[in-house]
Amino acid sequence: MYALREALAAFRRAPVLTGLSSAMVALALFVVGLFSLATYNLQLTLSAIEERVEIVVYLRDDARQSEIDHLLGELGDFEEVRLVRYLSKRDALERAQEQLPEFGELFLESGVNPLPQSLEVELQPGFRTPDVVDRIAQEARVYPFVEDALYGEEWVDRLFALRRIGLASTAVLGGAFALVAALIIGTALRIAIFARRDEIYVMRLVGAKKSFIRRPFLLEGALAGLAGAFLACALTYGTYRGVYSYLFEIAWVPGSWIAIGLLAGAAFGAFSSGLAIRRHLQEV
Amino acid sequence: MIKLTHVTKEYPKRGFALRDVSFHLKKGEFAFLTGHSGSGKSTTLRLIHMADKPTDGEVRVTGYSSERITERDLWKVRRRVGYVFQDFRLLPGRTALENVAFVLEVTDTPQKAIRPKAQRLLSQVGLAPKIGAYVNELSGGEQQRVAIARALANDPYVLLADEPTGNLDERATRGIMELFRDINAKGMAVLMATHDLELIKRHPTARVFELDNGSLVYDSETAETDAPRSTPAAERLGSD
Repeated sequence: MYALREALAAFRRAPVLTGLSSAMVALALFVVGLFSLATYNLQLTLSAIEERVEIVVYLRDDARQSEIDHLLGELGDFEEVRLVRYLSKRDALERAQEQLPEFGELFLESGVNPLPQSLEVELQPGFRTPDVVDRIAQEARVYPFVEDALYGEEWVDRLFALRRIGLASTAVLGGAFALVAALIIGTALRIAIFARRDEIYVMRLVGAKKSFIRRPFLLEGALAGLAGAFLACALTYGTYRGVYSYLFEIAWVPGSWIAIGLLAGAAFGAFSSGLAIRRHLQEV
Repeated sequence: MIKLTHVTKEYPKRGFALRDVSFHLKKGEFAFLTGHSGSGKSTTLRLIHMADKPTDGEVRVTGYSSERITERDLWKVRRRVGYVFQDFRLLPGRTALENVAFVLEVTDTPQKAIRPKAQRLLSQVGLAPKIGAYVNELSGGEQQRVAIARALANDPYVLLADEPTGNLDERATRGIMELFRDINAKGMAVLMATHDLELIKRHPTARVFELDNGSLVYDSETAETDAPRSTPAAERLGSD
């Protein structure tokens, strides 16, 4: 009760100082918010691209139907494989005419179908990694009636490299800005502690427990962090609306990310004020 | 109650503040701690309050030993020892009542009991009509009374006072001394640091310790047998 009252009173006693510290926290968390928004949309884009990762097993023209059925079954038995589709020479030609109309007449006039029959292998989500696609392609290439098995090796590697860079950047930059936010809260709390050094001195003098002395400051830090996180969410949402309306379509981050952001703001506030008060309790 | 055994305190830059000081203040005693500025009076009080640890020797306060107490348990000693300063150290911007209530609140007093107890303490020190006055509206003597009420809030066993009349005029000093005598008469030990020998002379029944350059050079209780009567306090106190 005392802790909550004192924590709220701190906002009343020094509204400029606490408001400023919340604003500074909000700015730092806003950067984290923007980065989260960008990361989330990058993840969505990468996931959409990842959906298209599949292996195409090209079959020789003389492959017998029983051999094709056998391979179809073999590939379908892999736990990483979601679906195997057979595409006959005729199907391949129709698709080519559909997708490449400029070549349509050429195919019709020549009377020859140069396209091979194939098996298209779709993978389960979570298994569309370079290792898995490479292993399944190698398995298919073992069969003598298989001409080749391709999966766009280069761009799959690049896609996954891009994903790794995205995750690493999120971790490093998010961590760096979180650290900045923690330092700002810590500094604001140090100022608050200095402003209330007389009270802390009296509390120590008369035998208040250390945990009792700490509690209002921890709560104040948590509230400042939470207020900053709320403000940062609002600023990030404003930016999202602006980008969505005037630049290009992007997705808003999931509710769970917002909840984590708010909790992280409060936790960071409490943690950094805890560090600040631990040191300053020795000094006052 | 309070026992110092061969206590030495040395600061890295200032050197020795106390050297091999031993004394025993018994329950309900009233004692003055005197000596020149820098003789070690405040250091002695700080060690008793366990705001500092002795470099050597042991300080025992109501059963707690400086050798064994942990940082975590210091609050237990602080609640048994009231402390009053020359400069009062009240919280500015708060009323007399709020200053006393603050102490009760931060030391786990039930919410309902805080206001009545704070009022009673202020009445005890003669400030009932001024409980709603802000600190800056009170005279020096009145501020010191608030500080004493604050020091009594946890019902301590002993009251330490560091030059409590140093900033007060003659009349306010007499009032504060009367208050200390009243508090002592109810069974609480009082140890008051002062360099004012005239003040000590006016209280001939009180015990007197004198420090000189960090050493205990006079204890009125053992003076007859152990100490030469050549210290400033001993000479002046014995001159009448």
